[in-house]
Formats: sequence, C-alpha cells, structure tokens
Amino acid sequence: MVPSIAFGHGMPCPTEPFLAVESPMSGNLAALRLQVETALAGRVAAPFSYRDRKLVEMVSAGIPEIDALTGGLPRGGLTEICGPPCSGRTSLLVSALASRTAQAEVCALVDGRDAFDPHGAAAAGVELKQLLWVRCRNIEQALRSTDLLLQGGGFGMIAVDLSDIPAATVRHVPLNAWFRFRRVVEDTPTILMLIEQEPNAKTYASLVLRVGFERAQWMGTASENRVGDFCCANSSACLLGGAGVRAEVVRSSVQPIGGGAVGVDGSVGIFETEAMGGWILPRRCGGRRQKQFQI
Amino acid sequence: MQRQSRVKDKSKKRNKKTVGMPGERRGQMSLAEEKAAASRLRLCSGQAALHMGFAAIYIADFMVQAVVRAEPELCDCAIALLEGTPPLRKVVAANDAALRAGIELGMTESQAEDFCVVQVRLRSLAQERAAHAALMDLGWSVSPRVEDTAADTIVLDLAGLSSLLGSEEIIAERLIERALLLGLMARVTISSNLETAIHAARGFAGVTLIPAGEEAKALGGLPVSVLVTSDGPFPRAEILETLDSWGVCTCAALAALPVLELSERLGQEGVRLHEFARGASSRAMVLAGPDIHFEEEMELEDAVPELEPLSFLLGRLLDQLCARLAARSLAASVIRVRFELEPVSENNVRSLNDSAARKAAVPTYEKFLTLPVPSRNSKMLLKLLRLRLQAGPPQTAVLKIFMAAEAARPRFAQGGLFLPSSPDPERLELTIARLANLVGEGNVGAPELADTHHPDTFQVRRFLAPRVAAESPSKMHSANHKAVAALRNAAARVDCKSLAAAHRTRMAFRVYRPSLPASVEMREGRLARVSFNGVRGEVVAASGPWRTSGDWWREDGWEHDEWDIDVRFVLTPAPHSAPLSSSQPVSMKRQRGALTRLDLFSSNEREPSAQHGLYCIYYDLARGNWFVRGMYD
Repeated sequence: MVPSIAFGHGMPCPTEPFLAVESPMSGNLAALRLQVETALAGRVAAPFSYRDRKLVEMVSAGIPEIDALTGGLPRGGLTEICGPPCSGRTSLLVSALASRTAQAEVCALVDGRDAFDPHGAAAAGVELKQLLWVRCRNIEQALRSTDLLLQGGGFGMIAVDLSDIPAATVRHVPLNAWFRFRRVVEDTPTILMLIEQEPNAKTYASLVLRVGFERAQWMGTASENRVGDFCCANSSACLLGGAGVRAEVVRSSVQPIGGGAVGVDGSVGIFETEAMGGWILPRRCGGRRQKQFQI
Repeated sequence: MQRQSRVKDKSKKRNKKTVGMPGERRGQMSLAEEKAAASRLRLCSGQAALHMGFAAIYIADFMVQAVVRAEPELCDCAIALLEGTPPLRKVVAANDAALRAGIELGMTESQAEDFCVVQVRLRSLAQERAAHAALMDLGWSVSPRVEDTAADTIVLDLAGLSSLLGSEEIIAERLIERALLLGLMARVTISSNLETAIHAARGFAGVTLIPAGEEAKALGGLPVSVLVTSDGPFPRAEILETLDSWGVCTCAALAALPVLELSERLGQEGVRLHEFARGASSRAMVLAGPDIHFEEEMELEDAVPELEPLSFLLGRLLDQLCARLAARSLAASVIRVRFELEPVSENNVRSLNDSAARKAAVPTYEKFLTLPVPSRNSKMLLKLLRLRLQAGPPQTAVLKIFMAAEAARPRFAQGGLFLPSSPDPERLELTIARLANLVGEGNVGAPELADTHHPDTFQVRRFLAPRVAAESPSKMHSANHKAVAALRNAAARVDCKSLAAAHRTRMAFRVYRPSLPASVEMREGRLARVSFNGVRGEVVAASGPWRTSGDWWREDGWEHDEWDIDVRFVLTPAPHSAPLSSSQPVSMKRQRGALTRLDLFSSNEREPSAQHGLYCIYYDLARGNWFVRGMYD
C-alpha cells in the first residue's frame, strides 16, 4: 500500500478511525482535509485514500536462475540491467529477447552504439524476423527512438542498450525521461528493459538488477595449463567455454499477479553462460577452419 | 458521419452557386431542393410501378467540377476556365456564378481577369481524366455493368440490384452520396429507357425517377438541347435553329410533331430527335471494361519548392485516391508518386528549341511507398509520404504531381484470443518511417544473416510485423492452438529448477563497428599484453589462433587469425601519446562505438571483478595489424 500524498509512513492518516474523536486538532485536520480535497477536486479523485500497488504480470527472462531470483521480468514496467563491460548484461538481454520472440511476441532493440551481434543472437535463439533493430549513433537518437517505439505500442519487449554509452552521459539524462517512459509503458503488456552501466531511473524502475563477471571458463586438454577445473592458461589448446555471471537484485517494487515469488532486494544469484555454439563455433567450424598454429 | 455531413454541406453551397447550365433553373437549386424537385416529379408522374432499369449519372459543368475537385476551396467561388496558348487563351467554361458575374464564353484571358470576383484557372485535361475515372469508379461501386457514355455521363444497369441495395430511390441517393465523397456533384436519373435516363439527367438536377411509360411526360418540359447522344453533339446547331424558328423549344412540342413531315424536313436526325423526345428510342448498352488503375494528376501553375505546401497537395490527391479505392472496396498496397521538377538550369532549357526535347529534359523524381498491408487511410499515407520525402526531398521545385495506387484487397483480420499482441501494421509502418528518418534508412529493420563466413556480415531487411492474425478461419484455429501450446510451455517453464539442468545461457557478444585497432605484445610466442583504445591489460588466458578466411578471389578478401582473450586491465592509465606498439595508429583513441578508458573503469572502484574482460581480437594478415572485434558480455 502506497500513500498517494503527503501523509507518509509514520504520519497519522486522516482516514484512520481516531479522527472520529472530537478534538480541536481533529477539527483542524478535517477542515484542512476539506480544503485540500476542494482544491484538488476534478484533478485527483481521492487524495487521501491509499492506492493499491498494481499487480503486474511477470514473464520469463529466459534464464532460470534469473527467474528464480527475480520472479521474471515485469510487464508494463521498467527493468534496469546494469553492470560493467563483460559482466553478462548482453547475455541477459539476448536471453530475454530469445524468450519473448519464442512466444511469438514482437520485440524491439534500440542499440545505443550499434553493438548488437545478430549471429550470436540467432545462435542464442532470438527469432530475428520478430526483432526490430534500431541502430543508433548516440544517446539522443536512442532516447527518441525509444519514445517512438513506446508511442507506437504493441511490442512485447523494448530493450534499450545504453551500455556502451559512457555512464556520465547516461547520468545526465533527465529523470523525467525515465518517468515518461515508465508512464507510457504502464498498463501495457510491454517490457521496457534498459541496459546500462549504472542504474539511472531511480524509483521509476520496477526492477533493478546488477550483474557482474565472476570467472571465465576455459576448456582444454593441456594438462600443464590446468588449474583446478579450468584450463586458464594462455594456450592454443584452450577454448573459451563460458563465464559465470553474478546477479544481484538492487531494487524490486513489483507485485506479481498471483503472488508469485519476487526478488528481494540484495538477493544474489549466479548463472553460467556458455560460449559454445554462440559466436565461436558456428562461424569458425563452418568457415575455412585451418590448422592451428602459433605465430 | 461528420465528414460526410460536412461534405454534404459544402456541396450544398457549391450546388447553389455553381451547378447548373445557363438557362437551367433547376441547376441553381441546392441539393435538398433538387431532391425535393425529384420527389415532386415522381409524384406528378403518378404511382406507376418502377422497373429496375438504367441509372444515368451526369456531372453538370464537368470541366469546372474537375477543377473544383482538385481545389475544394473553390467550391463557393465563381470560376472561369481558360484554354489555349498565351496570348490566345480564351474562356471555355464557367460556372453559373461566373456567368452571373458577367463572364462570357470566348472571352480572352485579360478580359476574364478584369472580373475580380471570378477565379480564373487553366483547363486541366489531367484533372478531367481523373474526374472521369472517379465517375467510372462511382458507377462500378454499384453495378458491374457500366456504360461510359461521355466524359460527364455514365449509365448503370440496375437489373437485379434491388435485393442487394434496395429500391431505386435508395440506390440513387447512395450514388449521390458517394459522388459527393468523390468530390463530384452528380445528377442521377433512373428510367427503364436508357436514352431517356441520359436526357433527363441532363435536364433535371438531383434525383429523378421516371416510371416506365412516363418517359415522354417526364421529358416534355425539357428543352430540345438536352437531347444528345454518345455519338457527339446532337442535335446540331442548325437543327436547333430550325426548330426554334418553328417555335419548337421543348421536347413535348417536338414529340407532338408528325414523324413523316419531320423526316422530310430534317432527315434521319429529325426522326431520332423525335424518338428521343418521346422516350421511345432503344439501343443496347455498351459496356465499359473494368479498370483498376487509380491515378491522379495535378499540374501546378507555380512551382512549389517547399515540402510543407507540397504536402497539402499530396494530401488532396491521396484523399481523392482513397475515396476512389473506397468506392471500389479496395485498398492501396503501393503508392507511386512522380514529380515533374523545375529544370535546374535555365540556360539548358533555353538552348533546347525543340519542344519535344525540352519535354524530355524535364527532370522527374519518383518515390514508391510500399505498404505492409493494403490501406486506404489517407492521413496515414500522407504521414508516411511526408517522412519519405523529408528523408530524400526533390532537388528542385515541383511543377506537376502524378500519383498512382496499386490496388489490392483490404486486410480483414480478426485477432485471436490467445495470440500475443503485436503492433498494428499501419502504426508500425509509421513508427518505422519515423525511426528511419531519425537514424537513417538502413539502420532500422530486421537483421538477416548473410550467407557468408565473413565475420559480422548481415543485412538489415525491412521489418514486417508477423501476421499473427490468421487469414483464414482454419489458420486462425491452428494459430490459436499453437498459442495455447506456447502458453502451456511458458507455464511449464516457471518450474525453473527442473529446467535449470537442461538450460544453458548463451554468452552474448558485442561487436565494435568498426573494429578497434590494438597493439599486442607477445612473450614466448604467446599473447602477453594488449592495449587498445587507451587501456592496457595483461592477457591471463587466451584461446587461439583460429584462422578464418574468405573472398580470396576478390580484392577485399580477408584472412584473420582470431584469439579469445581474458584481459586483466591495469588500473594505471596507459599513456595515450605513448602506445605500446609503434604500429598502433593514432586514430584509434576515439572511434565511434569504441569503449573509452572511462567506460571500462567507471565502476571498477566498486566492482573489482570488472577489471577482467573477455575479448575477441584478431590479426589481419592482409593489413598486418591487430584489431579488437568485440567483447563477450
């Protein structure tokens, strides 16, 4: 339950039963309430009544660990995925796109710096025909494109990739931009996902997830280079197998329909990504692969 | 409905002032008055049963109406049309208001321009052609059997339409309303005799219903000059003069003359006139072949250099096209716009003495608007067209506009109950056009993988919304089943733990476009240190090289040795001015889409793990340089 106006938590609310007690203070409060209600008449229906938090539908992010951690991605809300480079943000984004396009939903990707890899996305299961890719050159184009897509409506998911844009630049985006995006996407089945280095939308984000690089997995047969379970040395016999990604729920203010599990702030989960079959193998094995050598 | 009523109101005003030939009192009536007149006529004719016969549609003052159709703001004005080459231009047509103001046919241009209240325009054959095509569309919207009698007259066969469209009166009123939507003020007469219907349409304004056997009575009050045929101007002027000298002015007077004596004096023409006047002539209908060409043209007196006024003209043409398409229950799948432009250099034109060569030298500009689904929403089409023209405007001012629509069946789709929502195709097309205007034509669309092993090669295709709405009920049924199955699968996925074992998340890759130049330090034949874009790091693990090559038969063949590397970045900044390798180009520091040192370490203070990074680098054997292709993220 969220108070919709100045009476915050800890302050007595005029609608509570103690108002029935006749006292000079209660009389003043009643007069004040009447005055406020009169002033806001026609603009705010019930300024002193509590407003229930909206129940939102949660959908799979395509990664079971993330679904278990957060309950999924909220429809009609803004989800922020933040983290430094090589932290797994894009893997999460691509998984979410693959999950949504597999459900025959139309998705849009606003690529802030034209860094999207269609080959890897196709290998990850993204249905490219159902993905509208907007290749931007700067943050202004990205924000305006997002606005146009949101106004157009009908998308299952709109992902805005600002992760290659300097964090300082994204930080300068006015808060009302995120507020507007949040308001437009409300009451629609669209998932608005923001990929960036740092969280910027503050309380306008329904879910904020921070991801970080845990470790790289190297596979190989060179015994001299093997350390523990991983072959981590500099060897031609090694193969990048994947990476571990650590995900932490920074903030979650969603209330799912049916009361499913939601992410608790601060909860942490780890998922593994695999490079096999993504960027590396289809192209290298399909291409004119030649004998490995050292230069 | 509001639009229709507005058009109707306008047409009433227009009709009051412009419609009607000189001498025709009924032509000066408003639409309501015309209908009332038609109703009175029907009452005078008795209650005889009407047979579904022929409907003649006549456009009075056709040349003027064709101009008014292209410029609707002229509907209340007095208009005179000129024809000829300057300075020999003369008035060839004028509406009633202009004639009342003093305009006479045959006046010169300078004489006509002396009348301040009269709008003087050039006669436009292109607009007349378009108006005639609209008139034909009006006919085909009701009946498949249409005769193209004249530029301003068509005849419809109404046989068998009563069960579909209703009584004759309803059909006639529907024709009047549709004509208004097409920008034409029509007169409709329904009669069982084809020629009588044509003659009465020329004589009576509004809707006229002539019962069978009442033809002579209905035509009786009309002047003899309304008796024309599709063969051309008939009767001839000398015959009319002869009849006038006899005191025969009306059809009733002509019908009362004895046929034999009339044929002795006027020949076969007199006999035909006599048949027309009695409503006794009969002939077979000459059917016009169905035409699905939708074209509109507009010649501009002054060249239009800017897009804003041009869009008004385009809007008018689109309105006309969409109204014609709507009349035929069709929609546009492709809109083609062609502009004839002002020549760039005047000298070039002056040097061309031959008019044909000059005509051939007129530059043109063409634009195609291919729609994902057929549409006849003129506002949406105009927005799309404007966005396209903004992206690539014509080089010089526009002299003439030609617009054509490729007709297709309109989309009838019903959304499925279990199908996921998808963007409305028309709105999506508009959104994509706006995005293309913002980021560039080739930067919006659906990615499509190219059939090559060259890294990072793809195409951006036009994005089309998946047709989730099935076209047929069976497809719809199967689509719903699929959707239900997908929902069940999605519900099954909620059980994350059961799937966790089987599910592996793919590691995504981010591409630097273009690749970042790098410098690499080798130690004992292995990658030791790498430096790119102002940052430097130790290579703690690497996999490679992987050689890929292709297109060796072309000049731009490629041959790369790739490594996947795990880099531990050094927090001390690498000096920008002192790269590790002398081969490192200076231009590498700031590249579009490249990471900067600030980006790499912006949150490193809080995230020690961010000091690591997984990158794909390659050595270009052709160029002999190192590059960073992208990073695993």
